[in-house]
Amino acid sequence: MSVEANERAAAPLWETREPLVRLRGVKKYFPITRGIIFQKRVGNVHAVDGVDLEVYPGETVGLVGETGCGKSTLARVIMRLYDATDGTIEFEGQDITHLSGRALRERRRDMQMIFQDPFASLNPRKTVGSIIGAPYRLHGTVPKNRIKPEVQQLMELVGLSPEHYNRYPHEFSGGQRQRIGVARSLALHPKLIVCDEPVSALDVSVQAQILNLLEDLQDEFNLTYLFIAHDLSVVKHVSDRVAVMYLGKIVEMAPGETLYRDPKHPYTGALLSAVPIADPDLAEHKKRIILEGDVPSPIDPPSGCRFHPRCPNAQLPRCKEEEPVLRPFHPGQIAACHYPLEDRAVIDTGSG
Amino acid sequence: MPEPLLEVRDLKVHFPTEDGLVKAVDGVSFTLQPGETLGVVGESGSGKSVTFLTVMGLVTADQAVIEGEVLFRGQDLLKLPKDEMRNIRGSKISMIFQDPMTSLHPFYKVGYQIAEAIRTHKDVSKREAHDQAVEMLRKVGIPKPEERANQYPHEFSGGMRQRAMIGMALSLNPDMLVADEPTTALDVTVQAQILDLIDRLKDEFNASVVVITHDLGVVAEHCDDIQVMYAGKVVEFGDRRDIYYGPHHPYTWGLLGSISRLDSTSKERLQPIKGLPPSLIFVPPGCAFHPRCPYTFDRCRTEVPQLLPVDGHHASACHLSLADKERILHEQVMVRR
Repeated sequence: MSVEANERAAAPLWETREPLVRLRGVKKYFPITRGIIFQKRVGNVHAVDGVDLEVYPGETVGLVGETGCGKSTLARVIMRLYDATDGTIEFEGQDITHLSGRALRERRRDMQMIFQDPFASLNPRKTVGSIIGAPYRLHGTVPKNRIKPEVQQLMELVGLSPEHYNRYPHEFSGGQRQRIGVARSLALHPKLIVCDEPVSALDVSVQAQILNLLEDLQDEFNLTYLFIAHDLSVVKHVSDRVAVMYLGKIVEMAPGETLYRDPKHPYTGALLSAVPIADPDLAEHKKRIILEGDVPSPIDPPSGCRFHPRCPNAQLPRCKEEEPVLRPFHPGQIAACHYPLEDRAVIDTGSG
Repeated sequence: MPEPLLEVRDLKVHFPTEDGLVKAVDGVSFTLQPGETLGVVGESGSGKSVTFLTVMGLVTADQAVIEGEVLFRGQDLLKLPKDEMRNIRGSKISMIFQDPMTSLHPFYKVGYQIAEAIRTHKDVSKREAHDQAVEMLRKVGIPKPEERANQYPHEFSGGMRQRAMIGMALSLNPDMLVADEPTTALDVTVQAQILDLIDRLKDEFNASVVVITHDLGVVAEHCDDIQVMYAGKVVEFGDRRDIYYGPHHPYTWGLLGSISRLDSTSKERLQPIKGLPPSLIFVPPGCAFHPRCPYTFDRCRTEVPQLLPVDGHHASACHLSLADKERILHEQVMVRR
């Protein structure tokens, strides 16, 4: 198991293969309007503001950031649940940015989503069998008389008892409901699964069960995950590479281990230092970078580097005037900062 | 040994429902020393919140069958009449909750709400109470407190609302602050700010703090003693080094094995606890954890384990012998970390 993981790390996917998903300058602005009859656009919420990202087949890309950084919006733009304001989205080399109708529906078979709230994402009036079987009926990939056995097979795969086919969502606990969501997303044998905070609503012991399940399914079906969460330790655990978002932009991207050891962007450093570590001794060795204030409004983001008003390392006027671009540091690591952190700036693990 | 600030003895809180008796808290005992920070850890339904809602007098005999004693400075809070309890609640012990949006009134200005809490307990003029409210907002690190006091809760961000709640809770200089999942609804960066604030104010106001949480990281960094709860009972108690480096209960092992740790270097699999937490109506006989425990033997199914001290401080409620616990701990639990 861990040998495989090491091999994966040794041959970086992002240098050798064609990406499954490629984003180029993706933007999503939500208009703010005034007036009821004659609506006038008075501004934009810059939810996603120019994101380049590649996701390679078989890998897990983690996406972290605070509330309102645009991570969920980005996921919905990739899924084509929102139309991008600008930029292109490619899936297996095909531009899907403006796909519609039947062509879009066919592409959607290859990309599915798991949602945060297992209470809100399942229709309480439908049986589990019909929820998991819905993709088959919508896409017609399985003849009607084969749906039930297929669904029961899926239920078994995710650790649900197939006898519960006719039960309703309220009869299940949070963890089991999340398993229903996972089963539904697998029905069409997708290539990409976007997991939007899949475990944040669950208890710790159940979180681990779901994370292990997702890992097993990835190995079995060679799935690609885009894993969104605000919990950095969960993201680091599941991901091959982690992208950190701040106010609609990716500010740093690196393999999980590199990101933890040598974060370059001060925002990444602050996020890392804020995560409580379940080890009293190690926690004492941690350097704290406490950020002042809250995330600024994405309606009118700060000029230059968007992080500069909260950044402990910001040097004026450069950080205020000049927007930093993503540039390479350690292998596989890119970060957008004029004055990056030194190696081991947050946690000095010493020799151990 | 100094007199404890709070001593809870064999507290039981049972809610009668249509489906049966919900044993939310079933025999909990612990003490809290002045100036101490106690972490209470457990999953949903472990009874951690109900225990402290009962201590606060927010779960009363009207709603539940309550047994046991809650001694605050030697006085049994469960026997106090309602109006005396109301005097203590807020001024001597106060509480902050998980969701700061639902615990502030949306119709009233934040400054007014804090001033109202002060005026309920102290004989001061409106003007003075307002000034004190502004001062509290300043102490909890809200910029421009004079302006902010005249704003409504919806104009505050989540972190600021929680700061305002802390300000309100500490405005009467209580001896004890109960924080029930104070940062669960907040981002990590804001969580760090709030926890640091609680640490700082605890020293400034010389208060004891109880942090109720499901996050083992939060208690590792901020608490002196830790109490692990499962199905309405305390299953393990100890200082943080006991709990993290020498835990003695299989449930604690399971919790520690379930969390993804930022500092782990290998991509090792998590070791979740199998199964689900039990229903509190049909609590398994014997040790409530036995259906999920990998080390169950006959005795676990019939006899309820008592919380027994290993040394003076560290205690666990498990039938395994001390030698077995140490062996399993070193051979199977600590090797993974």
